[in-house]
Amino acid sequence: MALEKKLGLATRDAYGKALVELGKINPDVVVLDADLSKSTKTGAFGKAFPERFFNMGIQEANMVGVAAGLASQGRIPFLSSFACFVICKSYDQLRMAVAYPEINVKVVASHGGISVGEDGASQQSIEDVALTTSLPGFVVIIPADQYSTEKLTYKIAETKSPVYMRTGRPKAPIVYSPAQTFEIGKAVRLREGSDVTLIANGLLVFEALLAAEKLAEKEIHASVVDMHTIKPLDHAMLLEEARKTRAFVVCEEHQIWGGLGSAVATWAASNLPTTMEFVAIQDTYAESGTPDELLEKYGLTSKNILRATEKVLSNKEKFSGI
Amino acid sequence: MTIKIQSAEALCAKALEIRREIIRMLGEAGSGHPGGSLSCADILAALYFNAMNYDPKNPKWEDRDRFILSKGHGAPALYAALALAGFFAKEMLLTLRKLGSPLQGHPDMRRLPGLEASTGSLGQGLSIGVGCALNQRLMKKNYRTFVLLSDGEINEGQTWEAVASAAHFKLDSLTAILDYNKFQLDDSTKKILDFEPMADKWRAFNWAVREIDGHNMKEIVEALAWAKQVKNQPSIIIAHTVKGKGVSFMENNNEFHGVAPTREETAKALAELARAASPGLPDPAAGGGLNKLGEK
Repeated sequence: MALEKKLGLATRDAYGKALVELGKINPDVVVLDADLSKSTKTGAFGKAFPERFFNMGIQEANMVGVAAGLASQGRIPFLSSFACFVICKSYDQLRMAVAYPEINVKVVASHGGISVGEDGASQQSIEDVALTTSLPGFVVIIPADQYSTEKLTYKIAETKSPVYMRTGRPKAPIVYSPAQTFEIGKAVRLREGSDVTLIANGLLVFEALLAAEKLAEKEIHASVVDMHTIKPLDHAMLLEEARKTRAFVVCEEHQIWGGLGSAVATWAASNLPTTMEFVAIQDTYAESGTPDELLEKYGLTSKNILRATEKVLSNKEKFSGI
Repeated sequence: MTIKIQSAEALCAKALEIRREIIRMLGEAGSGHPGGSLSCADILAALYFNAMNYDPKNPKWEDRDRFILSKGHGAPALYAALALAGFFAKEMLLTLRKLGSPLQGHPDMRRLPGLEASTGSLGQGLSIGVGCALNQRLMKKNYRTFVLLSDGEINEGQTWEAVASAAHFKLDSLTAILDYNKFQLDDSTKKILDFEPMADKWRAFNWAVREIDGHNMKEIVEALAWAKQVKNQPSIIIAHTVKGKGVSFMENNNEFHGVAPTREETAKALAELARAASPGLPDPAAGGGLNKLGEK
């Protein structure tokens, strides 16, 4: 059956809807935003539960500290802003007030990656995974579509640890059925193959599925893994795939330094050396443009995944004789 | 349960005890921040032995008053107050800054009972205090939140974000106390980054302001009682203090901002503090009885 591209909700919209549901079942959930609730989609929670919603104004650093204070008293704060603002402007606060004391704060930031589009590089977060995975104890998640976002929003409310989850601005292609279940730290194998493993998260999951379909036409069988949780990384899944394919293409809408690719490569280097290629942003900031134009220009489409796969398969053959 | 001391004299005695423990701890540790620990000793004595409600046997008691030491380098003063209040054994104080000790160089709430926040990166405590105060309102509790700030740390912009939001949310259960000792690490606050007129700034942000002598116990106790009466706005007690207060050679001597006393200085300081506690004791210059007091 051919893969059909059906656009669903943007993951930020799915998050906003899930938050309202969460608010109904968990009275400890409180939400903070820094004057971007119309964009991060926390505004619906604010309407439903005004007493549990705090619009902090344009103060990311203070917002993180206030959330930490609320969490230290037993509340479960979800705080939102654009990813580049809350992570970069408040990094010391995330470190000192959240990560170091192991405080139960959930940072769910929208406008991840370059698919933010026309607003340009100042609003596009490409470093957030590198920064948040560096914080000891942080769970780091990038969901692919509306269903995974919704389910993972409920899941992160159940954990006790600090969490960073990135959502995106544009409508995201549907990857899952509404019935799919998710566990933090447990990747989802979307397609089974024996030649190469395409490991992706966020918008790149659908691109990886498209690439896998093209590869199948050439009798190349690709596994596709949605590694929605970057930290903790699903080592069991990586081991299964590495044993089988010995070739990974890691795909992400993030700076190549310190993203999912780095995490997978670190695992492979010390567990089962595997030939690898990376589809990521090549150490540069992007620019204004439509999301599709930007993903194309900065090399984050199924075409780039296909090229990377060719290279990884050729390297796999080359290295096998060494 | 909470210790409540009413007499200013008895509270001053507690402050002296805190000062002696600070010197003993820092002398033993060989590093740390004497100046800013000594300047807030009277404030901590008033908080822990007069104003605040808490239960050292149940540090997470829901109705306890919250105290956040935003100026985390003043940790020795807070540790001394917590030990004297019964949160942990006084003997533990001498493990300050040693490997494996719950008494980290700056407060670590995971390791020590009675701490409400981990601090040490300046400018963050007031935001956490705003969170505690918002929780108090949300959960309809009666507790108060106290945040001790240093005059250096309010250089940090985050402090002023928190100042604005506390006033916006009308957090009258939140009281900040400024340990205004007029010095920061490199030099006087006047030379490094002058915030005068200090009180006007807080007033302009819609805080209720009271200025006091931060070493006059009666004034401190009265100001803390005043703060409880403030309605619809947060309160700040600007406590004019002396850095290094209580040890003659440390007072207003910024060399002791972040340098611990030597063995000799420790002995000398402890002797001074002992004489302050019992004025009848002999002067060190005259000799006698000092070795015992100077012992670590």
